[in-house]
Amino acid sequence: MTALVKLDTIEKRFPGVHALKSVSFELNAGEVHALMGENGAGKSTLMKILSGVYQPDGGKIIVDGLEVSLPTPRTAQALGIGIVHQELALMRDLTVAQNIWIGREPRLSFGRLDEAKLNADAAAIFESMNIRMDPRAIVGELTIARQQMVEIAKALSYRSRVLIMDEPTAALNDAEIAELFTILRQLRTEGVGIIYISHKMDEIKRISDRVTVMRDGAYVGTVNAAETPISQIISMMVGRELTDEQARIPDLSAAPMALEVEHLSRGHELKDISFTLKQGEILGFAGLMGAGRTELARAIFGAEPAQSGEIRVHGKPVQIGSPADAVKAGIGYLSEDRKHFGLALGMDVRANIAMASLPRYADKLGRINEAALARIARDYIDMLNIRTPGDAQEVRLLSGGNQQKVVIAKWLLRDCDILIFDEPTRGIDVGAKAEIYRLLTELALQGKAIIVISSELPEVLRLSHRIAVMCEGRLTGILPGGASQEEIMALATEREALAAE
Amino acid sequence: MSEKEARKGSAHQKLLAFASLIVLVIGFSLASPNFFQVDNILSILQATSVNGVLAVGVTMVIITGGIDLSIGTMMTFCAVVSGMVLTWLGLPLILGVIAGMAAGAACGLVSGTLIAKAKIPPFIATLGMMLVLKGLSLILTGTKPIYFNNTDGYTDISQGSLIGDLLPVFPLPNGVLILFIVAAIVAWVLSRTVLGRYTFALGSNEEAVRLSGVNTDAWKMGIYALAGSICGIAGILISSRLNSAQPALGLGYELEAIAAVVIGGTSLSGGRGTVLGTLIGALIMSVLTNGLRILSVAPEWQTVVTGVIIIAAVYADQMRRRSAR
Repeated sequence: MTALVKLDTIEKRFPGVHALKSVSFELNAGEVHALMGENGAGKSTLMKILSGVYQPDGGKIIVDGLEVSLPTPRTAQALGIGIVHQELALMRDLTVAQNIWIGREPRLSFGRLDEAKLNADAAAIFESMNIRMDPRAIVGELTIARQQMVEIAKALSYRSRVLIMDEPTAALNDAEIAELFTILRQLRTEGVGIIYISHKMDEIKRISDRVTVMRDGAYVGTVNAAETPISQIISMMVGRELTDEQARIPDLSAAPMALEVEHLSRGHELKDISFTLKQGEILGFAGLMGAGRTELARAIFGAEPAQSGEIRVHGKPVQIGSPADAVKAGIGYLSEDRKHFGLALGMDVRANIAMASLPRYADKLGRINEAALARIARDYIDMLNIRTPGDAQEVRLLSGGNQQKVVIAKWLLRDCDILIFDEPTRGIDVGAKAEIYRLLTELALQGKAIIVISSELPEVLRLSHRIAVMCEGRLTGILPGGASQEEIMALATEREALAAE
Repeated sequence: MSEKEARKGSAHQKLLAFASLIVLVIGFSLASPNFFQVDNILSILQATSVNGVLAVGVTMVIITGGIDLSIGTMMTFCAVVSGMVLTWLGLPLILGVIAGMAAGAACGLVSGTLIAKAKIPPFIATLGMMLVLKGLSLILTGTKPIYFNNTDGYTDISQGSLIGDLLPVFPLPNGVLILFIVAAIVAWVLSRTVLGRYTFALGSNEEAVRLSGVNTDAWKMGIYALAGSICGIAGILISSRLNSAQPALGLGYELEAIAAVVIGGTSLSGGRGTVLGTLIGALIMSVLTNGLRILSVAPEWQTVVTGVIIIAAVYADQMRRRSAR
């Protein structure tokens, strides 16, 4: 059987970087082939070559046994290669059908659009995918998961036989992931070859047939997904074995209280939430997407202040009406969306680390003491092991894990001793994840009080000394560390109506 | 794009603007023997001073990702305020200058408050301010100019020459000296101070700055107020040159200043820009006006050429960024 797509000894160089070193990859019709590797391993570059965005410097692209060149994305689409981007590229104010057929709208005479055919054709695609979707719905009003399905439909509308999916589940909850997988399995039986990029191990096991691992721009190997243990895949990715440790829970009975939250409420999003956090403790927050965990974090941090309730820091009541108030009280927040809420991407590492503490390093005229900041930035780069050519590097050029460390450095420099981490490892590769975990544990040992919000249960279990679970804006329970996944899921799905019965 | 390339890119744009300036100067010098004369160069510089000061002030606002359309009429309003203080109240010169700058700072603070607190888009807030200030200038003066005949030394602020007193061969007008001093101070503020750092940070990612616990509203208001007080300086320069505060003047100056900023390579989407670039941009505009006039090109055509230059400058910047990607 000839492979649907074969990439043979592909080479790609960028100025100063050898991005792909003789990488080969094969995709058969009717398989889900996972492509794994740490950030910077070259997965995206390889996929950009396959979708016509980049041109290879060497090697062959073979589709259906014939060597082809893909000078533009359009050529790739014509050959049936479609890509669903990690960041959705949809026009929010247009309808589902308008998005799918953008640039290829069916026309009537005088340049009039054939809206009826547009909608009918879109409906036909969704029918073939076996999902219900109104082609006339405005995309911006759909959930992220539904938007993703529009993206998939768009890719399929090119009669794609190859579908590239870059981290499709990053923003989906479990039910939505299950729905996505149903669609992928169906596409697989129809002979579509799917290249699936993800960092989530459990998903790889659930959905993929084969796994190809890349590291540092080179091909490491291809294994059968069902028979290969996760630890082996991870060790292929990082070049070393990772042990999956459990959280070691310290005795905090004598530790002083850091944060007390009482009866915090805001509209329908947060309903009467109370909990406490001690110095040196890591409190995990589990729950499904939309349970209100991020909203809680933003309320405590003053980004969207609560309407009622009390917050005490180190025993003293504080009024938090803005992030500036929270920071003054020693609370730092690390958003799930670093690029939008955590970093000034176009500015350098030093400026970002200093962002919350600038006035402290300036004299009466407001002159910044750059020499002192440079020294401090370099200290944090060493301490947190931030991989960057220097403190003058723009942060947008760093990998996700290193960007996260820059945000951590920002709050450490500001002397924040209560740190709220919202999805601290989202978009961060496996090796860097372990490093972030170690860092959080160390921070707790130093006496910082830490809240970790995570949608990945293994992450919550691995880090937390206690686990708070939310559902629909309520805190449904606090479990001791090491609780079982079943206990957590039970609380995470304990809906108000059911609880009342 | 690597960091080195990014740096190279920004330097490249400044270089491009500077090279265009040199090409213009050489071209006009070859075309007319009257162009490259000390007197003419001085008059070009003098003609740049008002637009240059306005452009330097609005550069800060534009780096935050905002815009200030009211600077032209605000300049006039500030001139009117100093005229009232000096001519009507007969107070000392220095108080007139301070009152003009304070009026500008107050106007900037109002715009800044509307933008930061009331969340009105900068374009709209300052468009409104532009009209409000134009109207106020006319109301306060009863639509008649205020003359500074009774204030000794007022015309010297712009037209005297401290440097000429020391160095008679090169009587650089004080107006130009003031432009250079303002530019140097703003360049220093932008590159060395907390205010400057937050100016770039606001333009780069305002929400991230707010979530760092920075009181972004206050800083933004401060930046608009500072830009306003620089407008006050421009108001004093122009009224000193005309020896009067002309209440009907001002509209149109904001667009010339913004054009100078853009030609100088500052991005209208914020986060990027330099004072040096803005200075070069302002010089390009006045060299063009002066040179075309010397070549007896009709003023209508001068306007057309200026428009083409603005579009060409931004197009060159776009091309550069596209090739860098």
